Amino acid sequence: MSAFARKITYPMIEVENLTKQFGTKRAVSNLSFTVKKGEVLGFLGPNGAGKSTTMRMITGFIPPTSGDAKVCGISITDNPHEAKTKIGYLPESAPLYNDMTVVGFLKFCAAIRGLKGTAKNDAVERAIETCFLNSVATQSIDTLSKGYRHRTCLAQALLHDPEVLILDEPTDGLDPNQKFEVRQLIKRLGQTKAILFSTHILEEVDAACTRAVIVDRGKIVADGTPSELLAQSETGSLTDLFRKVTSSDTGAAA
Amino acid sequence: MSSCTIYKRELSSYFSQPTAYAIIVIFLMFSLGLTFTFGEFMRVGDSSLQWTFFFWHPWVYMLLAPAVGMKLWADEQRTGTIELLGTFPVSTWDVIIGKFLAAVTVWLIALFLTFPIVLTVNYLGNPDNGEIFAGYLGSFLVCCAFLAVTMLVSACTRDQVVCLIVSVAICVLVVLCGYDPVTRELGKVVSPAVLEGVVSLGVWDHFRSLNSGLFRLKDFVWFGSIIFVCLLGTSAILSAKRA
Repeated sequence: MSAFARKITYPMIEVENLTKQFGTKRAVSNLSFTVKKGEVLGFLGPNGAGKSTTMRMITGFIPPTSGDAKVCGISITDNPHEAKTKIGYLPESAPLYNDMTVVGFLKFCAAIRGLKGTAKNDAVERAIETCFLNSVATQSIDTLSKGYRHRTCLAQALLHDPEVLILDEPTDGLDPNQKFEVRQLIKRLGQTKAILFSTHILEEVDAACTRAVIVDRGKIVADGTPSELLAQSETGSLTDLFRKVTSSDTGAAA
Repeated sequence: MSSCTIYKRELSSYFSQPTAYAIIVIFLMFSLGLTFTFGEFMRVGDSSLQWTFFFWHPWVYMLLAPAVGMKLWADEQRTGTIELLGTFPVSTWDVIIGKFLAAVTVWLIALFLTFPIVLTVNYLGNPDNGEIFAGYLGSFLVCCAFLAVTMLVSACTRDQVVCLIVSVAICVLVVLCGYDPVTRELGKVVSPAVLEGVVSLGVWDHFRSLNSGLFRLKDFVWFGSIIFVCLLGTSAILSAKRA
């Protein structure tokens, strides 16, 4: 089954000419890309490049000014309710309800996703194990450290075993051990799902991605597998490529 | 179904923190305290409770109802959990209804806990319990209207304190603009038609008629439309904020 699943590589996320205009500022401009099943797409770019805005549009949190995103072939603008059932989403700041316990929060998220009874309890248990939350499961969320908060929010995204995972800076604020674990997790999950994750840590491209795009000021400026991107760089360093194709907000890099 | 899940979460969050307990205790202290002091319960001998007990409710609600409703959306926006709600497969209306009903339930519990006063008048006198029920219904509807106003304000801001101050200000206006001493003074400067308009906007006209056991359609329309318009506005503001 898994060998077969790896063979069929139809696009699970299709982003078509996605544009978002905030007043006079164009945050995302005519962005198009696809993510296939079994693919982990790294979404790179400087701060303010439009990464989070793009992810918020794909997940249906904000409506696009124009263009569309399809998840498993379902349009997020025409049929948001059904498309949202296919997505697991980790927002940037890993927001959580601080007054709940980890288990309580995950049960709430599972219930809202339509899981009931033993299916709900099994899903919560699985997510707790996958994200290594056993030791804090009954703890109140406001007592958790940043790493645990992040993983609790990640667990929430995995509850309903979604076909598409959208992770906004999943390793932000984690210590090196936790970063390593989360990257391994993304790699493992990526074998059977389509994953889009944003980061500005360039080592993660090599460590976890099968493909990466670099966006700058709402546009894609580089796209390819990690080795293709390295080949594009004259010095063989991703950092140099990144600095070459993106603009610095301080204006220091010329 | 999803509004039921939201409802349960919101309600348990009221009771897992001191919010609900504090508000219920303060409400009981004020509503019953005022009944026995300024309401002169023992001297007046008003078994319908209309003037001794229910009269104080809008005054207490205008300060306390916003305290229950202020976190509903402001907190979601401050902590960013609104992004989770917005990407769950639930409609905004499910969330609005679930949250509103949870806040309403806190007040239902608070109102229910005033039952000793009903037992007392039944022990001391021979009241018309239908009229007392109508009083409770009126009081409950005032509270729902204030909660709806608070929810609307809460959708506008991520700051709970701002939400509290603005909602209290609106509720105070709604209470004052139909209050007799205010309308008497107002009557001296504005035409009777304007005065009538102001009075019908205020809470007292509708609250009192319900209190005295009069079920007028226009009162239900007044309460119903305030609640409906505020919830509709909440939905509109939340959608506009995301666009």
